[in-house]
Amino acid sequence: MSDEPPLEPLLVLEDITVTFDGFKALNALSLTLDPGELRAVIGPNGAGKTTMMDVITGKTKPDSGVVIFDRLHDLTRLDEPAIARLGIGRKFQRPTVFEPLSVRENLLLSLAGDRNPSFMLWAREKPAERERIDELLTTIRLVDDRDRRAGDLSHGQKQWLEIGMLLAQEPQLLLVDEPVAGMSDAETAETAELLRDINRTRSLVVVEHDMAFVRALGVRVTVLHEGSVLAEGSIDEIQGDPRVIEVYLGR
Amino acid sequence: MIRYDRLTAITLGCVLGIAVLLAALNLFTPPTSAAHVPNFAVSLVGKYLCYAILALAIDLVWGYAGILTLGHGAFFALGGYCMGMYLMREIGARGVYANPILPDFMVFIGWKQLPWYWQGFDHFWFALPMMMIVPGLLAFAFGWFAFRSRVSGVYLSIITQAMTYALMLAFFRNDMGFGGNNGMTDFKDIVGYPLNSEATSAALMLITAAVLSVAFLLARGMTSSRFGKVLIAVRDAEARTRFLGYRPESYKLVIWVVSAVLAGIGGALYVPQVGIINPSEFAPGNSIEAVIWVAVGGRGTLAGAILGAILVNLGKTWLTSALPEIWLFAIGGLFILVTLLLPRGIIGLLMLRGPAAEVEPAPETAPGAAAAESAARELAG
Repeated sequence: MSDEPPLEPLLVLEDITVTFDGFKALNALSLTLDPGELRAVIGPNGAGKTTMMDVITGKTKPDSGVVIFDRLHDLTRLDEPAIARLGIGRKFQRPTVFEPLSVRENLLLSLAGDRNPSFMLWAREKPAERERIDELLTTIRLVDDRDRRAGDLSHGQKQWLEIGMLLAQEPQLLLVDEPVAGMSDAETAETAELLRDINRTRSLVVVEHDMAFVRALGVRVTVLHEGSVLAEGSIDEIQGDPRVIEVYLGR
Repeated sequence: MIRYDRLTAITLGCVLGIAVLLAALNLFTPPTSAAHVPNFAVSLVGKYLCYAILALAIDLVWGYAGILTLGHGAFFALGGYCMGMYLMREIGARGVYANPILPDFMVFIGWKQLPWYWQGFDHFWFALPMMMIVPGLLAFAFGWFAFRSRVSGVYLSIITQAMTYALMLAFFRNDMGFGGNNGMTDFKDIVGYPLNSEATSAALMLITAAVLSVAFLLARGMTSSRFGKVLIAVRDAEARTRFLGYRPESYKLVIWVVSAVLAGIGGALYVPQVGIINPSEFAPGNSIEAVIWVAVGGRGTLAGAILGAILVNLGKTWLTSALPEIWLFAIGGLFILVTLLLPRGIIGLLMLRGPAAEVEPAPETAPGAAAAESAARELAG
């Protein structure tokens, strides 16, 4: 193992600047993610965490800089569906599921596959799809709720369903925005477990405020401040860094 | 699902059953009989059924894709004008000026030649596809630009109003070649059958009922397919569908064009039954009224659109003859009442947790609130 060449990074953000009405939401942000990595991103409000996610997923076009995914693709040239089809999934801060549809239908629509209207008009559920949905239902612990209206699920269950929908997409990289906001301690611990599970096969970037949760993940942490990377390292290094204490933890 | 299928069966049964019954009572009972249905009633029902087709078209885009169209009357009117052009040419030399080629209104304004865009409308086989192609093309062009540039919500509604208003002004002009202010009327016959015969009226009404039934089944099929689920997903969480790899604009465009074609067919069937088409069919108020039919019947239920169109128009027919000055207040009040008290319309009231629940639209405030929230998030970083 040790004499293999170092892996090419999965995702490279280089010199990304985003300005909203003169306010620099991201300021020459650079960040590298290795394949298979699980990275936590923290930072005070307004540090640019969500804007960073918006740039990676194509929702916001940066004023300058490039985002290279999987060595080949410059994500700043693509729109959201194209980036999603490349294998980047995004979990919103507030759980966003298709409320009038059943849990199963939510997963069915999320399964990787043809996304064109002409295909969807005639699509019939295939046995492979049914199996995959059953698998996912087990992973996200919603087997008994499969036929419930997604809108009737509890807040925590919706978060899990959304994670299941992202997994159904079979992404290489998952971006997760504040997954434990509004969760109980038990749910938080379970979510940390679930994310680590997912990390066995996929790379993740998790944006979070909850330091206990970040500690529970036990991974490399990037601290954003005023649109740039302030510090990077293990949670202990970060919490010992005087600059971090100054801008984020200290106040 | 069982209850939903039952609703489908009931709807089809009612539409076809009532249409056949009325036609039979019109044709096969003597005029003196108490059971006789007069001709005007048959044409009136035919007209309601055309409105029901329009309502169904609106429910497809508003109920399932969340596109609040306030300009669907334009597609209806365009389909109607295509039919009108055919019916005008069918008059031939029987017009007041006895010109075998030119319709009367063209002779009247001194035209010597049939304009290029009137060519071919003397053939029914040409006019028939045009009744669908013309509204379909306009919808495609409109939707292509609007959905691609992510125009939605109230802005889109306003543009649809502007679209139908602009068309109304255009069709008012005599030199457009569509009869200007007066539009087209005095039709004689359709594919050889005289329009003033009771058999033709009954046949037109029955054809309308059949077309409505087919359209209803088609709409049911589309909305219960996986495509329909994506539409609902787009309606309630458009951003989510994008990040799942869907292009919401393609889905909206498909249903928008299908809906416009359907509205066009409704308009085409309408013209021979009411005997006239003029620019007032493009009036913005007409399109808004049609949205109210859908709201009254129950948005996002399809059957509700049909029911709403028929009930509201029955009420309109009765009220405009009993208390004509009250109609506008009545429909305005009805809309407010339904919005406040019956957000899921009559069908929603009838089937408390049935089909409407399956496709129940998110509260109207949700898209705006979601937009505000995402804007706030964007700024907050």
